[in-house]
Amino acid sequence: MALDRIALAPAASAAEPVYRRSRTLRIAGYAACVLAVLLVGTPVYWTVIAAFKTTREIYAPDPSWFPRQPTIQNFIDAWTAAPFGRYYLNSIITTLIGSGLEVWFALSSAYALAFVRFPRRDLIFLLLLAALMVPEEITIIPNYLTIARLRWIDTYQGIIVPGASIAFGTFLLRQYFLTLPQEVIDAAKVDGAGHLRTMLSVVAPLAMPAVATMALLSIVAKWNEFLWPLIVTSTREMRTLPIGVSWLLDQEGTTNWGVVMAGTLFVVIPMVLIFLWAQRFVVDGIATGAVKG
Amino acid sequence: MAVRTQSAPRFSPMIAREWLTFWLFLGPNLLLFAIFTYWPLLYNAYLSFVEWDFIRPERRWVGLDNYATVLADDQFQTILRNSFVFTAGCVALTLTLGLAMALLLNQRLRGRNAARAVLFSPTILSGAAVGIVWIYIFDPRYGLLAELLGLVGVRSPNWLGDPDWAMLALIIVYVWKNLGYAVVIYLAGLQAIDRALYEAATVDGAGAGARFQHITLPGLAPVLFFLSVTSILSCFQAFDLIQVMTQGGPINATNTLVYNLYELGFIRFSAGQAGVVAMVLFTIMLALTLLQVRLVERRTQAD
Repeated sequence: MALDRIALAPAASAAEPVYRRSRTLRIAGYAACVLAVLLVGTPVYWTVIAAFKTTREIYAPDPSWFPRQPTIQNFIDAWTAAPFGRYYLNSIITTLIGSGLEVWFALSSAYALAFVRFPRRDLIFLLLLAALMVPEEITIIPNYLTIARLRWIDTYQGIIVPGASIAFGTFLLRQYFLTLPQEVIDAAKVDGAGHLRTMLSVVAPLAMPAVATMALLSIVAKWNEFLWPLIVTSTREMRTLPIGVSWLLDQEGTTNWGVVMAGTLFVVIPMVLIFLWAQRFVVDGIATGAVKG
Repeated sequence: MAVRTQSAPRFSPMIAREWLTFWLFLGPNLLLFAIFTYWPLLYNAYLSFVEWDFIRPERRWVGLDNYATVLADDQFQTILRNSFVFTAGCVALTLTLGLAMALLLNQRLRGRNAARAVLFSPTILSGAAVGIVWIYIFDPRYGLLAELLGLVGVRSPNWLGDPDWAMLALIIVYVWKNLGYAVVIYLAGLQAIDRALYEAATVDGAGAGARFQHITLPGLAPVLFFLSVTSILSCFQAFDLIQVMTQGGPINATNTLVYNLYELGFIRFSAGQAGVVAMVLFTIMLALTLLQVRLVERRTQAD
């Protein structure tokens, strides 16, 4: 997912479309809307109805487009086949702490790089940015060894700490901070505010749209994270939801699709709810940022 | 804000306070990068020169043997080719379909923003969950695609079980999941183009094709560039779909560098060979990133 590389900037209202309207183009436009909904909607609908179908109906020779006897048995079976309660707890803990750390690091690092005086500050900034060039995938083996040496395998800190540092968010917030009027920061200093107070009560509120979009994307990324939690957990009690559901697949396999589909819904529903709640905000934030950045 | 330490006495209490604040604010972030990003890079380089199974206490120095073994392996050639095929397929489809979709959606339509949000929504879903759902969709007997193909009288291929189809299946899922992101970015790019240009061109008698070629495409150039770079890098790093859907199979048909790295390290326990793959992967990613920086520099100079 490219979300972690997206440039973010304060959301602005989208400009009106520029095309001259023609009838054909309009019809094609509506066709595209319908196509978009079908393209995404059909697989989603297929998943949801499967979760409510009986096993017999799923494996019937002629598949049904509407569950004949809707049942929640699959959800009950999925919940008992794997410790989903525990998965939820693990996912919530690692996501909240992981994202919280990322946001804090991005905020404090960007503030230091923009407003705190230090020699060779730009060089240190480059050192931080260079981390963007190292993809997470190639660090997994050395990091596994480090975490093992710390005896952090199968612990929350083992899942959270290696991914808590943040370069791209720091970069974005720093760029944003540099556009803030210097007088505001100076005024806070004249009022006797230290750096911590200036950051929390003056700079952060001004940068709220950027910080909030970053926080949301960070939450989505942590919730969906797969490779690292897969490697660093070895007992079922420590798995997060994405790992848990892939184990459910191994267990129930292709012989019980209803249960497996119910399991995937457990994983995605919280993010879908967040997206429904903050959709305009996230989509516009991404769009504006990419074009300006 | 330029920093001039000369104008103030060095190590006055005020300067010391600033320096302390600087490290308290930035230090933890940098420290974690040092331990979990930069150190692994060096350590991978070291591992690529030793033979080790993660268990034995001693590691045997083998020089370039691991490189010779891995790079000469036919299987590795396949894996390298798979990485490029997967990336090229995903990027080409995402960029072209995304552009077509964005051009059509870029008008005053009822429900346009809803369509945009619906298209975007798969990007926020867990890759593992999406992969699992699509295994079911691809199921040659009970899946959605088999059903849809059946309606037009076509028999479903054994998507994930057939080496000839598995890569295409993975590309379809990747594009399905990430298309909406490209559409959102394209739409923003289209809306940033000055509409006065279109009006002037129309007055001058330019047709739709000419307007597209001379206004839309050049106007989209920065966005096109941004999208191709981000998509290339993220396709190269795709892991969750592959791990869940095919585990690199059947017969290595979908084994990519990232999956191979995981496989060598955590399934076959060959730290040295995994180290080599990590070095290859890093070199390719670095080259792509540097290319990006070069192009961005040229772009900003052109502005």
